[in-house]
Amino acid sequence: MSMNNQGRPTGTGTSGFVSASGSALLPNEPLLFEIGDTEHSGVDLPEVTISTDRLGGFERKMPLDLAGLTEPEAMRHYVRLSRLNHSIDSGMYPLGSCTMKHNPRLNEKMARLPGFADIHPLQPVSTVQGALELMNQLSHWLMTLTNTAAVALTPKAGAHGELLGMMAIKAAHEAGQSNRTVVLVPESAHGTNPATAAFLGYTVKPIPARADGTVDVQAVKDALSPDVAAIMLTNPNTCGLFEPQVIEIAEAVHAAGAFFYCDGANFNAIMGVVRPGDLGIDAMHINLHKTFSTPHGGGGPGAGPVVLSEALAPFAPVPFVRKAGDGLELVEHAEDQALGRITAFQGQMGMYVRALTYMLSHGGDGLAQAAQDAVLNANYIKARLAHAFSVPFGDYPTMHEALFDDTFLAGTGVTTLDFAKALIDEGFHPMTMYFPLVVHGAMLIEPTESESKQTLDRFCDVMEELAVDAKAGNTERFTAAPLKAPRRRLDETRAARLPILKWERADETLKAAE
Amino acid sequence: MRYLPHSEAERAEMLGVIGAANVDALFSAVPARALKSFDLGLPAHSPEFLVEAHMRALAGKNQSGGDGPFFVGAGAYRHHVPATVDHLIQRSEWLTAYTPYQPEISQGTLQMLFEFQTQVAKLTGMDVANASLYDGSTGTAEAVLMARRLTRRNKIVLSGGLHPHYRDVVRAYLKDDVDLECLSASPEGQGDILDHIDEQTAAIVVQTPDFYGHLRNIKTAADAAHAKGALLIVVITEIVSLGLLEAPGALGADIVVAEGQSIGNALNFGGPYLGLMATRKEFIRQMPGRLCGETVDADGQRGFVLTLSTREQHIRREKATSNICTNSGLCALAFSIHMALLGEAGFTRLARLNHASACKLADALAAVPGVEVLNKTFFNEMTIRTAQPAADLIERLAARGILAGVPVSRLEPTNASINNLIVLAATELTTDADIAALCAALSEELQ
Repeated sequence: MSMNNQGRPTGTGTSGFVSASGSALLPNEPLLFEIGDTEHSGVDLPEVTISTDRLGGFERKMPLDLAGLTEPEAMRHYVRLSRLNHSIDSGMYPLGSCTMKHNPRLNEKMARLPGFADIHPLQPVSTVQGALELMNQLSHWLMTLTNTAAVALTPKAGAHGELLGMMAIKAAHEAGQSNRTVVLVPESAHGTNPATAAFLGYTVKPIPARADGTVDVQAVKDALSPDVAAIMLTNPNTCGLFEPQVIEIAEAVHAAGAFFYCDGANFNAIMGVVRPGDLGIDAMHINLHKTFSTPHGGGGPGAGPVVLSEALAPFAPVPFVRKAGDGLELVEHAEDQALGRITAFQGQMGMYVRALTYMLSHGGDGLAQAAQDAVLNANYIKARLAHAFSVPFGDYPTMHEALFDDTFLAGTGVTTLDFAKALIDEGFHPMTMYFPLVVHGAMLIEPTESESKQTLDRFCDVMEELAVDAKAGNTERFTAAPLKAPRRRLDETRAARLPILKWERADETLKAAE
Repeated sequence: MRYLPHSEAERAEMLGVIGAANVDALFSAVPARALKSFDLGLPAHSPEFLVEAHMRALAGKNQSGGDGPFFVGAGAYRHHVPATVDHLIQRSEWLTAYTPYQPEISQGTLQMLFEFQTQVAKLTGMDVANASLYDGSTGTAEAVLMARRLTRRNKIVLSGGLHPHYRDVVRAYLKDDVDLECLSASPEGQGDILDHIDEQTAAIVVQTPDFYGHLRNIKTAADAAHAKGALLIVVITEIVSLGLLEAPGALGADIVVAEGQSIGNALNFGGPYLGLMATRKEFIRQMPGRLCGETVDADGQRGFVLTLSTREQHIRREKATSNICTNSGLCALAFSIHMALLGEAGFTRLARLNHASACKLADALAAVPGVEVLNKTFFNEMTIRTAQPAADLIERLAARGILAGVPVSRLEPTNASINNLIVLAATELTTDADIAALCAALSEELQ
């Protein structure tokens, strides 16, 4: 195959269509740099004469070569591109352990109020009392739902929250003159858990899963020693199961002088129903996007507030909000034991607004109902598909997500990947594939509470039909899929072997290849 | 509970299919003593108009940037965002798409990220950029860790001109075994990092324009770092400056980190923001975060995928380059659309407008008795010394409806010598009337 970036226009004209295929409704959209040029602009700004005296001789000499589009051209480019995306508003998105739920537009409207969107993190605290009040209210909801002593709002994402939670644990040990070097991480953990522990210099010790998909309590007890700083446990776990012996694990961990970090990525399954503080957790991050419906457009932004137990509360980072007289103050500098600062400003205020809006809309009663419906939906999928698929762990009801393995595909020539791609042709976003690692060829399905019974039934009908077809030997439907997506299967190996990470003019590309 | 689709009858029917007597049966794995043995005491669900009223009341207690003259900068800048940007990012297919794990049905997001990477690479003058990080400050900490991996050296030197919050974030991120040298603040613009580089230095971190607004000589810093085998990390908190100033890549930077909030993204009281990171081609396998790459599909058509994920936490777990598993996709989209709307012509013009505003501000401030402008060089931000302590002065100006800048003591509370310093920024939104109002108020307060 010839280099796919050959044959591109070398100029900056507007005729840069690479392929003539595509249709009015499913366009083959050229790159911005193939349709724009350095002269066009969609922003009307006055030209001013400036003196360069105060630029110290550092002014730009080389052109930027940035492509511009007029406003109508830009509108079309981004609208046409948008149509190449699946989204929660266009169809079900059952990505287990990641999850997209309905994004209420009220959240967006509120986040855009100038009193939230157009305030600066460093303007006088006296002029942002409403923002501090909002942070306080959000904190109250998070602490109440989890029954914990404190919350650090600032982490920018779930993984950032994990980092902060483990930093707090490390700081607590150091404050107690305790030099612990090991963190226990169950095999079913998100990849961020071991990465976070390693990032902080800990040795990661894996804990095996039992045959029923839950953490082996005896293995935890055996692994505990004076060297262990913490366990990082996901509950509900990534097999969709609530760890039934979580309290026993917490007690054993505490008895050994270690802390219990809970990955709260799946808190959406238990909000308002189970309070993690009652289980003995010391720190847990909450993904606001997943649990409280803040948008995650294309992968972010996220927000990962961390709730902390009494023991870890003194190690919360700055800044945080505190009552001061009649109003609220923002504590911006590290006191004795605090960790300091893990991001420049106050965290993801825009996400706080959206999350609190969602909380108020649901109320305490509605959040509990949402968790119950999420669990109901996952169990419904599991019940409907159990006969056609293979269920690795059947001992407990599932929580927010249903896990299947690929045993049912044995001998069919169809893999989990093929199966997922065939689902695309049926109008669904595929489930999470090959995760968790504790089962072979995992398919992890999380419907969330926002899917109706009608949608779930349609999804289950399609899944059943695909399973029957795979077993009937209609392999090509799967291995050739997707046939109806904007692209067929993409060559990921090629992308990694010959990384092309930005657009270059064809002549530059050829030069670089020499 | 308008967001929940089930009727009670449907719930009952579903429980029947599951074979569960009630919903509680689905929570049977939860230890009995932990299951709903509490009263949350939280308010019940609420109609949309009441939620909206509550949020509006909170928002109404804040003084927003448009309410009066506004000069607050110091790492976050108030610029105009075209209406088209906000319209487009609220389209469902952008707003409610998840991480593009299935490239065949995520080509919109992936192509956008590829275009974004190209824009950032061009702006910074570097070979490659990632698909965004959380913000400039955490990006700086990641860059420092990346430099340690690349050089296998242990010493990091932070310039005194680095944003104090960024310095604090680097400090929090680094493990105890790092030799971290934070140079003291240099509000007069005389601070020099060059004497602190030695054979153990992994990287030096230089911000330009620096926290006080001074432009720093990147070329000299790069040469001095490279002479000792160290890397130069350049930090930019005001990305608009690159419309007027030479790209750090052209001056020898090895890693460029920037805060991209200025383009397409609102102030948002500090977040979400947009971390930009760009580097040299040979360093990509040590660069943290998501990368989008071009490839072909089974029909030979051009397409895009997330790539080089072998650096990432979901593959390498404890050996990953970082624990980051997300990017600021929607903020990157806003940036990319705004940048496409500007194009080279508009972006350059925007930068010139910002500088022109700042020049007017500097001239007007210099004429106020009791005010001294410390900068000889600047882009759109500068530091002044006032005849009275700055923090109190800023409060008094705020009471008059003028958000006049950031007292340096708010970020550097332990350094008494900076008590009278204020950092102020002007952008394209700063009017002559705003500048006149500020200077008149300052004159009165300083009398």
